[in-house]
Formats: sequence, C-alpha cells, structure tokens
Amino acid sequence: MTAGIDKGPAAVGQPRARRTLLDRAWRELKKAPPTAWFGMIVILGYLILALFAPWIAPYGQSQVFDMPYSPAFYEPGWDPHFLLGTDQLGRDMLTRLIFGARNTIGIAVATTMLSFSIGGSLGILAAILRGWFEQLLSRVVDILMAIPSLIFSLMLLSIFGSNIPNLIVIIAVLDATRVFRLARAVAMNVVVMDYVEAARLRGEGLGWVMRREILPNILPPLVAEFGLRFCFVFLTIASLSFLGVGIQPPTADWGSMVRENATLITYGSFTPLLPAGAIALLTVAVNFVVDWFLHKTSGLRDEH
Amino acid sequence: MHPVLRTVIQRLGLGVVTLFFVSCIIFFSMQLLPGNFAYAILGQSATPETVKAFEHEVGLDKPALTRYVDWIKGVAHGDFGKSYADYGSSNPRTVATLIAPRLWNTLFLAVMAALIAVPLAVSLGLLAALYRNSFFDRAVNALTLTTISFPEFFVAYILMMFLAVKAFPGLGHPLFHSLSNVSRDTPFLERVYRCALPAFTLTLVIVAHMMRMTRAAVLNLLASPYIEMAQLKGATRRDVIVHHALPNAWAPIVNVIAFNLAYLIVGVVVVEVVFVYPGIGQLMVDSVTSRNIPVVQACALIFAATYILLNLFADIISIVTNPRLLHPR
Repeated sequence: MTAGIDKGPAAVGQPRARRTLLDRAWRELKKAPPTAWFGMIVILGYLILALFAPWIAPYGQSQVFDMPYSPAFYEPGWDPHFLLGTDQLGRDMLTRLIFGARNTIGIAVATTMLSFSIGGSLGILAAILRGWFEQLLSRVVDILMAIPSLIFSLMLLSIFGSNIPNLIVIIAVLDATRVFRLARAVAMNVVVMDYVEAARLRGEGLGWVMRREILPNILPPLVAEFGLRFCFVFLTIASLSFLGVGIQPPTADWGSMVRENATLITYGSFTPLLPAGAIALLTVAVNFVVDWFLHKTSGLRDEH
Repeated sequence: MHPVLRTVIQRLGLGVVTLFFVSCIIFFSMQLLPGNFAYAILGQSATPETVKAFEHEVGLDKPALTRYVDWIKGVAHGDFGKSYADYGSSNPRTVATLIAPRLWNTLFLAVMAALIAVPLAVSLGLLAALYRNSFFDRAVNALTLTTISFPEFFVAYILMMFLAVKAFPGLGHPLFHSLSNVSRDTPFLERVYRCALPAFTLTLVIVAHMMRMTRAAVLNLLASPYIEMAQLKGATRRDVIVHHALPNAWAPIVNVIAFNLAYLIVGVVVVEVVFVYPGIGQLMVDSVTSRNIPVVQACALIFAATYILLNLFADIISIVTNPRLLHPR
C-alpha cells in the first residue's frame, strides 16, 4: 500500500496510511526554527566543500607561489589571482581553506565514529552483562576521565609521536569514555524490557540483541550526543593542531593554519581569523542543529 | 559517626585512590615505547654507547617499578627529576626549577579569570533562570551557545585584534598589550594590566558554560514540588528564593563553579600559547614538541591533581551544604 492511494476522499474513515520516512522528515523540517535551518545549510555547505575540494579549489593543496604574504581582497595591494591572499610560504589561502574543510572535518568525523563504535558497543555490552565486566569498565572510565582530555592527549602524543592515525586513535579512546557512560546509562533502561528478554529466550546471540533490540531504542540520545561529541572532538583536534602537536604540515588544516599565520594579527590582518572563523562557524551550526534535535526528541517543552 | 563526616572521609579516600591510579597512568604510559626516547633526545645518529650512558644517567636502566617509587617519593618532596633538555650540560636544571615560576604565573592568571568569571556567571545564570523565557534569557542563551562553540584561540585572537591591535589608534599606544610577557619582578598592577587579555579570554570561555549550567541547576530546582508548595501557601517571591530555593541551590551552583574552574585548566594551555604567557601550559606544549618526558609528566600530574582536587572540593561542598545530610533523623 502506498501513501498516494489513501489521499483521495474515498479514504475518509479508513485509517490513514503511514507517511513515508521522507515525507515525515520533510514535515518536521518545515517546522524547524530558523537557527536549525541556518545550521543545516551551513553544514551542507561545508560538506560540499569537503567532498568536492579538488574541483572547487583554484589551485593544488600545497602548490607554492613565489609571493608569500600576498594581501587579501580587503587589504591594499590585492593581487586578483589570490582572493584571500597567500600564506607565509606563498600558498593560496582560499585553496588551503577549502582543502582544510576536507582534512579537518574528515579527521574529526573519523575520530567521532571510532569513539562511538568503541564507547557505544562497550556501553551496551556493560548494560547487558553487568557484574564484574561493568564494574571494571566503569572504574577504568572514572580514572581516565579524572585527567583533563586535552592534557591527556598532549601527554600521549608526546609519547607516541604526532601523526594522523595516532591522533585519531588517542582522541577516540579518550572520548569513548563519555560515550560509554551515556550508552550504558540509556541501555540500562532498555535491557530490562520484555522484548529484550523475549529475544534472549528465543535464543538470539549477544550481537543480535545489541544491534537489533537495544541499539534502535537508544538511538535518539546517541545521535544528539554524536553531534555534541563531534563538536568537542573537532575543537580538541583544532586546538592540538593549533598548539603544533596535531595534524602536521604540509596537510592543510584550519588549526595549523591559524598557528602558521598568527603573527600577521599583530599587523592588523584578518587572515588568521579566517580559518579560526571557519572552525567556529561549523561548531555553531552543529550546536544549533543538536539543540533543535534534543528539543524534538526529549519532548521537552520548556519554551512556549 | 556523623553522616556528613563519614561521607566526606569516603570522598577523600576515593580522591586519594584516583590520584594514585592517575599517577600510575602518567608514569607507566611512558613505558609503552621505551628506548625511543633516548633517540628522540639524542638524535637518530646516537651510538649505542651514548644511548646506554643516557639511560644510565636518567635512571632508565632500572626496573620500572623502582623508578615509579623513586618518582613518587621525589614528587612528594617537590622534586620532579631532571629535565632531559639539558642532558650533558654541566649544570642540568631540575624540572622543579623550570616549573615553579611558571606555576605561579598560571595560578595568577587562573585566579584572575575566576575572580571575574564566577560572580558574573552566577548572577547572569540566576537572572536568566528567574526571568525565564524573557528577552534577556533568550539573548543570553543564544549568545552563550555561540561562545561555547568558539575555539579558545578564536576568542583570543578576536580580543587581541580589537582590544590591542586596532583599538584607539588616537591613543598613541594600544589599549592592551597583545602579548603578555611578565617576569618575576613585574609589579602587581602592571602584571594585572598585562594579563588582562588572556584573563578576558578565559572569562568569556567559562562564563558561557558556567552561566548555562547555573541556569539549568536553578530551573531544575524551581520545578520541584516544594517550591510550588511554598508559592501556593502564599510566600513572597523573595521569600521563596531566599529561604526555599537558595539553601538547596548552593550545592549545584558550587558544583558548577568547581567543574568550570577545572575546565579553566584546559583553556589555560591554549590561551597561554596565544598570548605567549610564560605559564605551565606553554611549558607543557613546548616539552611535548621536544619530547622532554619528565617535564610533560610533571605538568600532566599537576594539571590532573588540580582537576581532581577541584572536583573533590565540589563534592565535599555539596555534601556539607546538603540540608538533608545536615539534619539526620
């Protein structure tokens, strides 16, 4: 049965067919507040930049021109070849910004996904198995969370050396502690449900129970948390790169771009603020969308 | 035993245990890649003999457990070992002499930021909660959500741009210093003036968190049945807030303050680097880059211990001010 059949007047009195997923999503979207719309459009823009960077960017990622510190269009002496000027080595700022979207966002998304697969599966497992497994994991998480995560990652990076795989794994593991806590807490309420008991009695394995019975029922809080954790991871990686121990040159990355061009600010140039602003705009956008999503799914109606 | 005292002692014990495990993690994570350090410090071309001599010199040839016990003993006496950076020089500096003046600078900055941020955030949060859904509440809400999303260095550079570099060219000199270089004999007022921009940055970053959490804590409290009861029996608004809400609000508010002061620790690292402020955060970043492990360990331990102590302090305050524990049946 499709949605179209029931739309005629003959269908009055009969139960309405379920709206398709797309239809429902669209109806929700139309009711979204302007801040959420703003957030979604910005995120979409960033995604397009990140995915099609090589086709959008005017030059290559680390293509060097023989004119370092060329001014941007809002400064005197602008060279029309470089819309936003060039950096300290003579690389086009606009190109680096566009490629930065790809690298910075890509690494942050990979880290967040890894952290959710570790933290989420361990959290659900702890809620199902209980006993010593849960106790042990919870105590380990307590201790890992007792060290501020930026300090902890600085320490671990100094030991293992800073490269992208190390960065992803270290931050994902540290961040997984928070995902673990949330996943365990929400899964606890679902584990005691009758349908989980039924699935177990039916003889389903642990993997099935985790994936098919529990995961779909704890998804909304996890999705909201994904947005928040993404912001946190994104800011941590940007801070680490800014401090010079995150993503290493010559990879274009917003945090290191701020660091490389920071001296320009004392001459009154806005150039170092551009990558920093790009970071800020994306986190603001994600936060707006998450705020709206949380409001939607938690059923909170405190604003009238 | 009085229940308050018992809970406080329990918490203190838990704090000591956590500190012990954290010190273990900080010390033993270094064991994960042994041998690598000698080359990182001496360079890849170091001969096996030099490496051996270096390991002997810094004690890397002893078993890890012995070194851990020695390290903890030293830390208890304020001795964090020798810095790797001066290996081979005739007068090697100890980690403690590197850290001590910088720790004082960082504390100065953190206290200054806290003194501005805490009263501001708590009063803004209380006002937003009391005048919920008003224009003020919404404006503050949107503003803080935006500030939270900004990376610290963005806030820092914006302030530097508009308050130091571009501010009042007619003045002849910038309004604030864009770099905060202080030394041991900088006079107090001069020091405050030079620290102004980093302190403002930290304030902006934590006020947003602190204010939102205060608002949420107070709103949560105002929704409880006994507040409605007080309103229904005709108590004035002032009475409800002062006698009914506030005694229970202290614990969550103090918790929020301590939690955010702990957050300052993270913020301070980035802000010190931006303003080239000679604090412990910058020292840690420099040591991470040069892989000067004893300094990194010492800084990590100091940061972690401060973090744990602040959280412990928050716990204890909330236990001590809990009216339900103060009047046991």
